[in-house]
Amino acid sequence: MSMYLPPEFEVVRSAERCVNCRLCERECSFLVHTYDKKTGRMRADSAKCVNCHRCVCMCPTHALKVVKSDDAYRPNANWSMQTMHEIYKQAESGGILLSSMGNPNPQPVFWDRLLINASQVTNPPIDPLREPMETRLWLGKRTARIERDAQGRLKNTLAPQLRLEVPVLFSAMSYGSISYNAHEALARAAEELGTYYNTGEGGLHRDFYRYGGNTIVQVASGRFGVFKEYLERAAAIEIKMGQGAKPGIGGHLPGAKITEDVSETRMIPQGADAISPAPHHDIYSIEDLRQLVISLKEATNYQKPVIVKVAAVHNAAAIASGIARSGADMIAIDGYRGGTGAAPTRIRDNVGIPIELALAQIDQRLREEGIRDEVSLIAGGSVRSSADVVKAIALGADACYIGTAALLALGCHLCRSCHTGNCNWGIATQRPELVKRLDPETGYRRLVNLVTAWKHEIQEMMGGMGINSVEALRGNRLMLRGVGMTDRELSLLGVRYAGENM
Amino acid sequence: MQTIDANKMESVALNAALRAAGTREIRIGHCVGQRYIGTGLSDCFLEIDGTPGNALGAYLNGGVIRVRGNVQEATGDTMNGGEIVVDGSAGDATGYAMRGGKIFVRGDVGYRCGIHIKAYRENRPAIVIGGRAGSFLGEYQAGGVIIVLGLHEDGRPIVGNFCGTGMHGGEIFLRGSELPARLPAQVRAEEIGTLPDEAEALVREWCSLFERDPAPLLRTHYIRLTPDSGNPYRQLYVGN
Amino acid sequence: MLKEGQFRNLSGCAVAGVIDRSGGVMSGEGMIEAISVMHDRSNGLGGGFAGYGIYPHYKDFYAFHLFYDGKDAQSETEAFIGRHFEIVYSSEIQTRKLPAVTDEPLIFRYFLAPLPRKLARSHLDEREYVARCVNRVNAQIEGAYVFSSGKNMGIFKGVGYPEDIGRFYRLEEYAGYAWTCHGRYPTNTPGWWGGAHPFGLLDFSVVHNGEISSYDANRRYIEMFGYQCTLHTDTEVITYIVDYLIRRRGLTLEETAHVVAASFWSTIAEKEESTRRQETLLRRMFPSLLVTGPFSIILGYTGGLMALGDRLKLRSTVCAEKGDIAYIASEESAIRKISPDLDKVFSPAGGEPVIYELYDREAVQ
Repeated sequence: MSMYLPPEFEVVRSAERCVNCRLCERECSFLVHTYDKKTGRMRADSAKCVNCHRCVCMCPTHALKVVKSDDAYRPNANWSMQTMHEIYKQAESGGILLSSMGNPNPQPVFWDRLLINASQVTNPPIDPLREPMETRLWLGKRTARIERDAQGRLKNTLAPQLRLEVPVLFSAMSYGSISYNAHEALARAAEELGTYYNTGEGGLHRDFYRYGGNTIVQVASGRFGVFKEYLERAAAIEIKMGQGAKPGIGGHLPGAKITEDVSETRMIPQGADAISPAPHHDIYSIEDLRQLVISLKEATNYQKPVIVKVAAVHNAAAIASGIARSGADMIAIDGYRGGTGAAPTRIRDNVGIPIELALAQIDQRLREEGIRDEVSLIAGGSVRSSADVVKAIALGADACYIGTAALLALGCHLCRSCHTGNCNWGIATQRPELVKRLDPETGYRRLVNLVTAWKHEIQEMMGGMGINSVEALRGNRLMLRGVGMTDRELSLLGVRYAGENM
Repeated sequence: MQTIDANKMESVALNAALRAAGTREIRIGHCVGQRYIGTGLSDCFLEIDGTPGNALGAYLNGGVIRVRGNVQEATGDTMNGGEIVVDGSAGDATGYAMRGGKIFVRGDVGYRCGIHIKAYRENRPAIVIGGRAGSFLGEYQAGGVIIVLGLHEDGRPIVGNFCGTGMHGGEIFLRGSELPARLPAQVRAEEIGTLPDEAEALVREWCSLFERDPAPLLRTHYIRLTPDSGNPYRQLYVGN
Repeated sequence: MLKEGQFRNLSGCAVAGVIDRSGGVMSGEGMIEAISVMHDRSNGLGGGFAGYGIYPHYKDFYAFHLFYDGKDAQSETEAFIGRHFEIVYSSEIQTRKLPAVTDEPLIFRYFLAPLPRKLARSHLDEREYVARCVNRVNAQIEGAYVFSSGKNMGIFKGVGYPEDIGRFYRLEEYAGYAWTCHGRYPTNTPGWWGGAHPFGLLDFSVVHNGEISSYDANRRYIEMFGYQCTLHTDTEVITYIVDYLIRRRGLTLEETAHVVAASFWSTIAEKEESTRRQETLLRRMFPSLLVTGPFSIILGYTGGLMALGDRLKLRSTVCAEKGDIAYIASEESAIRKISPDLDKVFSPAGGEPVIYELYDREAVQ
């Protein structure tokens, strides 16, 4: 059976503008563009195009555009073209569908249904540009005994905490899933911004040891690259229990991506598959988590805070309560719209719950149990703007992880082809000729710009609310109102409807 | 001079009596907390015994208000002309958004003194403070002159925190050689050996009002603060 | 109509306080005069007073002041009180009929000692036991409200201008070493006496001016520790914060001030080493108890008063001294009204607490 799948996109070239410079040919790792010697003209194979926009951006004469193809099947509201193609692909191959980045489907985004308050008359807004407006915060446990020295001064009985100058951290993306240059940009930006980046589960390249003070190292079920020095270099250690894009399943970095360098940081042979099991095989129950948390603390002499990262799933609140009692210092919650370098499509699009609801429920549950001070909460899984950050903090987060937004700053165009390893932007690839397209200097500057701009916007919104410390925004749900939501959604979020008084 | 005894008089009644008074020279006795005294007046000489309430001399357009005691918050709010002389100390937000006229305070001022004062055409507002100023002195200052003489004796710094926050015009003179803590990057500080003529005249005026010898206040160093036009406040916007 | 507590009622206000540090006593008259000067800061929808040292003959007993909507609430409450306390003395609080004060509830006073057996069985510290009983009545008995529960102190409040409320309660007949008072400018008209201020818990009383912007962050945090913010007012949550930090965690008043009105990080960075370490530690330990937005409060407690304003000093506060007597008020004129010649007048900096205590605090404890 011949099953030609009509391409989703069509590469359109303006013959008038094209000068046959063949740059597009050199830029496209998917081999879309070719030069036809016979006609002396460029040709494009739209079937290979992933719509990453690299050629569009690079074309010196702006001769290219990528449009949605109008080649379509008979319209069917139930069976979309996408769904039909998936069936064809599976019928052909017998394989599990694989996708990259976050869930693209039109799922509810509760951030967009939340609105932020501002001061009028009864108390004053504050000008953030000129008045002090604090975005600094500390992450970690806040439980401390009141003990005094001989002079009556308070002793520091706090467990180690992380100091952030802005309530945004870069979320876990492993070396292997993203490139060396992307890691360098993230590390340098974290250092300059006074925040942290996260190694993901792929170990830490020795070149980046010097950014250790701004590095969170991850310990996942595969334990890639985990050894004493790795733990000691870090500012904090994150145990990855799950990821919003693929809760309940492990990871698989194909051997082809295990280059010499990646092999060294992961501490596995070159070319060998890197498989992360679905669970940590030393954690089959909540009390086992405690064992891993404490063993990591023992290994680092109780000097490093430990984060436990979980995917937002149905029992998120109960799970968080268990983690808060495990000795962990922070919980990172990853919503189901979160990104990934590769995940089974059905898992990505159907498993887990939205970060907004999970966060609201976890924060509330920890407060009801009187254990909110045991842990800080980091929310991630599609935080797209400073407004999302403000809303997350008002719901109860201490800070937010951003992954996709950071990659976009580095040039990602969300073509969702990370799993191919052919990222034309030099981000999700290990091919040297592609990696070098991402200049770490430019990338780092763009990340600093992005987070600095968000910081200004967060300050602007806080100032409008008359709040001059991000600490006073945390859990301040009266600063939010909802629109377009049901009573049940509002009650789960702990937020009133727009127009309702305090 | 006509005298009004403000004892047990409410603000509205007192201000009505002021407006109805046939003379331009009025003395207010036993003033305790009555607000808005002299609001918008243009040509009176008011002398006040006691402690007037907030918003004394708001929108003042001319004339003189002399207070034989302390004043509270928002004295000279949006003042356009005239003079307010305070024998004691002044509260917060003294001279808020003044556009013209002068305020002389013998003692200290609270937070946010001279906030958003601005010059306009021939108007150039001035505030001279004998003692010290609280935090946020000259916040958003857009024009005019603020002089702090630092004659207080409690040993505290001549200004509190966040001096010149948002300053984008005008001048501040602080007697002495000590820079305020943490000046914003957009404020330039220099030490000067002699005051410019305008500032000198203001110091002399203050001295004659409060009977002090101007010589030691003029033969000394000042820190002069001005906005740095090369490094302006600028919100980073990008079109969207 | 919604009652106080069923919605969040924003209000502006006037506050004042006085203490004779030598322990000499004065009637509530002075405070009535002082607050009347700041008439414009209230709108007739709430006023109140707290007096310290006013019950010397019953100083060892918890003095409960209660509002009842009716006889049913009263009998239910009295039965509850009887099960938990020995009632040493009880009576209706004497008031004066005034045309300006209307719709008053039943107002009763009880001097109480916890029943020793009940207290022992609860395994609670005595003050915690009393605090929980107060909470029980307020949260669970419809139409009953304990608005004062400390020893040798009392709160008197209601709907009206504060000067009228003071006269209504005949405060000229009480004598105490310290007084605070409050005139309220709410943005809603609850018409409920329990919603007036001061707000009290045990011997802590708080009067407050301003609307804080951190309210829900503070409320949701403090409720973790057994407090129920049933009134949804800033004063209530500030009182609980103070009670939590001082009584339950053992912080000093100054330390409490550095939590509630913490200095900016940039200001802390310039302080000397030991102070910097202490203030940083306090901010790291209790970040959710930082109160932002405008406020000025006077905290009353056995033997002292503390004035504290927000770190940006968005509300004015003036302190003054005349001999042994110390004054705190939103405006200087309120102090001048009762004491025209002062030895010292000053405005405390934002976030810097001013504490006035009896020279001999032992004597009142």
